[in-house]
Amino acid sequence: MKLPHPRGPLSATLDDVLYAQPGSGARLAEAARLALESASDVVTDDDVQLSLYVMYELAYRGFDDVPPDWEWDPDLLHARALVEHSFERELRGRVEVPRGIAPDRASVAAALFAMTAPTPGPSVARFVAKRASRRQLEEFLVLRSIYQLKEADPHTWAIPRLTGRPKAALVEIQADEYGGGVADRMHCALFGQTMRGAGLDADYGTYVDQIPAVTLAGTNLMSLFGLHRRLRGATAGHLAAFEMTSSLPNRLYGDGFRRHGFGAATTLYFDEHVEADAVHEQIAGRELAGELAQQEPELCGDILFGAAACLYLDDLVGEHTLSAWAAGVSALRVGP
Amino acid sequence: MTSDAVPQRATIVACPDGPILVRGDVAIVDDDGVPIPRRRSTVALCRCGASAIKPYCDGTHKAIDFRAP
Repeated sequence: MKLPHPRGPLSATLDDVLYAQPGSGARLAEAARLALESASDVVTDDDVQLSLYVMYELAYRGFDDVPPDWEWDPDLLHARALVEHSFERELRGRVEVPRGIAPDRASVAAALFAMTAPTPGPSVARFVAKRASRRQLEEFLVLRSIYQLKEADPHTWAIPRLTGRPKAALVEIQADEYGGGVADRMHCALFGQTMRGAGLDADYGTYVDQIPAVTLAGTNLMSLFGLHRRLRGATAGHLAAFEMTSSLPNRLYGDGFRRHGFGAATTLYFDEHVEADAVHEQIAGRELAGELAQQEPELCGDILFGAAACLYLDDLVGEHTLSAWAAGVSALRVGP
Repeated sequence: MTSDAVPQRATIVACPDGPILVRGDVAIVDDDGVPIPRRRSTVALCRCGASAIKPYCDGTHKAIDFRAP
């Protein structure tokens, strides 16, 4: 993919240095400090979240014409750590984590299911099912594409950091995410099929310039958790919360696309998730997160934090999307 | 897989207040014995009766606050 267009001084500095050879990024840390100081909210700041996204993406697919050694460049990693520290501290201060949960399999699974219990009221899924216009369906897919075209990848980082039953559980889920060995059935591939069915470009990274900061933050959160062994508990909790809030909404997403006349090939992604995530949520809640809490009790707090942070950012993205649509404007980012 | 590999023994897990997880070599068939498509190696069978994709679970047990007996 191409490097995204800068959204402020830090992402502009990144744009400058990344086309040069690694080792030339001494300015990055200072630019990161300034960006963090001037951001009124690091969670929704365009410059901060786009920059973090770019720095993380070096560990996934990289960028056209950017030397791959930037991934491990000490100056870049220093700047990334400054942003990560600020982002994590902000989220830890903000999200509510249930207290007094015993670090055993049943208690942690029950706590996660309680945190993710279905709630009535407005949601993107209900809006998509009943009211979204064709244009809004496209926006919905574009917003989701920033994660869904690399679906499952951020959680996969945690596999070598786990042992025993939690490791086997994560591999069991991820194997299904990756299509059980069938490339066309990989969830990221099914999402691409849905995008093409809706007339969109399914190439990785095509729409990044249109993705608002809050949506980038949701993807960055997964990379933050996945790329740090210290945060393996948070990855487990994040995946559990993600799976537990997926089956029922995906039915509604599919209904929205069927309402507009899209066929089975285009809705397959959603239909697949209704069934798959009803399996995954059981494995993630009990075998992965629950077992991990039992195995490493000191991770219990991070497991619940990972889930709470997932839900918090999902809510922020949902509020952003619904408020834009209610106002009759695009939920995508416009402008430079 | 080598020819002397032992097939995974099937396991059935009744999830608390949730579906029945089935792993391993089990044929899932309808009342006439016709195989029901199985698209993944581990499947969740509906236990609450409210799934829209029976025999598989779609998570509806959570929406109806199903309590397993």
